[in-house]
Amino acid sequence: MAAPLVRIFSKSCRQICRPWGACQAGWRSRSTHPATETSTDQGVVSFPPLQTFSEEESMMREAVKKYAQERIAPFVSKMDENSAMDQEVLTSLFEQGLMGIEIDPEYNGTGSTFFSSILVIEELAKVDPSVAVLCDIQNTLINTLFSNLGTAAQKEHYLSRLSTDMIGSFCLSEAESGSDAFSLKTRAEKHKDYYIINGSKMWISNAEHAGVFLVMANVDPSAGYKGITCFIVDRDTEGLEIGKKENKLGLRSSSTCPLNFDNVKVPEKNILGQIGHGYKYAIGMLNEGRIGIAAQMIGLAQGCFDNTIPYTRQRKQFGQRIFDFQGLQHQIAHVATQIEAGRLLTYNAARLKEAGRPFIKEACMAKYFTAEVASLTTSKCIEWMGGVGFTKDYPIEKYYRDCKIGTIYEGTTNIQLSTMAKFIDKEYDH
Amino acid sequence: MSGRVLVGVKRVIDYAVKIRVKPDNSCVVTDGVKHSMNPFCEIAVEEAVKMKEKKLIKEVVVVSCGPQQAMETIRTALAMGADRGIHVEVTGKDYENLGPLQVSKIMAALAKKEDVLFVILGKQAIDDDCNQTGQMTAALLDWPQGTFASELSMEGDKIKVVREIDGGLETVKINTPAVITADLRLNTPRYATLPNIMKAKKKKIANVKPADLGVDITSRLEVLRVDEPPQREAGVKVETVDDLVARLKEAGRI
Repeated sequence: MAAPLVRIFSKSCRQICRPWGACQAGWRSRSTHPATETSTDQGVVSFPPLQTFSEEESMMREAVKKYAQERIAPFVSKMDENSAMDQEVLTSLFEQGLMGIEIDPEYNGTGSTFFSSILVIEELAKVDPSVAVLCDIQNTLINTLFSNLGTAAQKEHYLSRLSTDMIGSFCLSEAESGSDAFSLKTRAEKHKDYYIINGSKMWISNAEHAGVFLVMANVDPSAGYKGITCFIVDRDTEGLEIGKKENKLGLRSSSTCPLNFDNVKVPEKNILGQIGHGYKYAIGMLNEGRIGIAAQMIGLAQGCFDNTIPYTRQRKQFGQRIFDFQGLQHQIAHVATQIEAGRLLTYNAARLKEAGRPFIKEACMAKYFTAEVASLTTSKCIEWMGGVGFTKDYPIEKYYRDCKIGTIYEGTTNIQLSTMAKFIDKEYDH
Repeated sequence: MSGRVLVGVKRVIDYAVKIRVKPDNSCVVTDGVKHSMNPFCEIAVEEAVKMKEKKLIKEVVVVSCGPQQAMETIRTALAMGADRGIHVEVTGKDYENLGPLQVSKIMAALAKKEDVLFVILGKQAIDDDCNQTGQMTAALLDWPQGTFASELSMEGDKIKVVREIDGGLETVKINTPAVITADLRLNTPRYATLPNIMKAKKKKIANVKPADLGVDITSRLEVLRVDEPPQREAGVKVETVDDLVARLKEAGRI
């Protein structure tokens, strides 16, 4: 009786299998572009795991971990309460070389790599996501823009300041243009050898302390987004007004302010890159910044998780540790898996970028996924902590409040998903 | 004299890790456990680097004895500001049996070879708590020693050492060359900043074997057994002083 069944089953299986096999082959060739295999001198191919770091990267990570625990952790609660970044923290960030990680030592920078920045941001976020975002914006947006696009004079003037004591702000969003970034209205009118900028920006991080602002303004609205140009505006420029910082749900010690430009005069030499290419720079930088935010989110999730598990191992109910209840174990394991997956997405996107390979889809995936993971993790952690998770005496509720912005800034989740879909669509073109 | 200082650093299990004994009671578990530089060694490195910054000495040479992983500890010291490193390679059983006597022989040989102004070590390692290496090194070299230093200053070609002792503080002035061991309050070690970590990559670490220095590292000690400290038991409450005395007598304490 069983035999005929098996025969029928295996026959239909084979019929199902064949197209599936073809699907698989096709799928494999359409997925992340595989590179030529790496090989050692002996011709033996080796693929180290994603969590493999160079000695330099490991040392950086250890140093930042220690620094964050000792020099930032004591200030976190107070900074959140007062919605203000402590000057001591800002100074020590520069002292440790954390604000110029990829900047060349010629400009007082650390001279390290993008992946090192990612590790630094992750470690900082475990302790305070606000400090991490400050470091992230400086390293992945401001420094990169200056390094890649700056003229010798601009680099000379700004890079050494950015690595030693000056914070930068990236000004793209406006009240009427968030996701629809290129519909920005800030206008730059050309006069002889200078421009007059009028308009306003909103949601500008680091604005309270920034010494330099990279402002996206349109020099020619009739050209649409092709008129957007990046201007370097110093803080003390007349007409630049930094508004009162927002009273936010989370990331409170990171200042987020509106900016007003009232006939701000900016010399021609302060244009970064080329006129009308601002939109390209914005997209390009945000693709990289995405990976930085993913690192922040994964650090946040891990930090929250690390602060919760010891409690679950210690707290006893019904005569046993709450960790030992199967219900809780399953939830914990699930969250841990999500964090691991998010971390690997982030590290892989970073390695792809460093290798000069296409990385935009992967960066979107990393940012989207890690923001979701951070939300899940922080929400669950509060539940596992029970009543104490709900109080400000424990750091968990802060992580919960901090994570929400992850699905919103530097490209909302919906934008990430749409971008990914565009790439997926193209993959099936040929 | 060269204005050169030799700093010994030891790679130990990180102070924050919970120590566990292997099930066969042969030693503590070290595999996969976080290691870092001995805290007192960090203080020693910091003091040497500070003196170099004040231009009181010219070069800081850091040395560590152990397997490949000891290089990490040397790199950390280089990232703190040391100029170059010496890795004395000791592996396997030899490393397990490496104790203060063997290390002090190595330190003595290196101190002579490098023609140093003084040797500075942490007062003790947090894994064995021996507090012997510095003293033995000084004895082997027949050099003066300033141990448990909480303050160091150069006075001409002598070193003034303020020592922490049971009764308070003792100040001694010793001739160079000398051996110093660092105590907790000597200084607060700096962080390795990221730029310094990058610079450390370019600094040299020489590799030597104990035999190259003419040192015999056979141990005269054999570890028979390692046990965890006994579990702390609950105390007992007594009602009266007589009761207390009776109980103490019972327990053979008086």
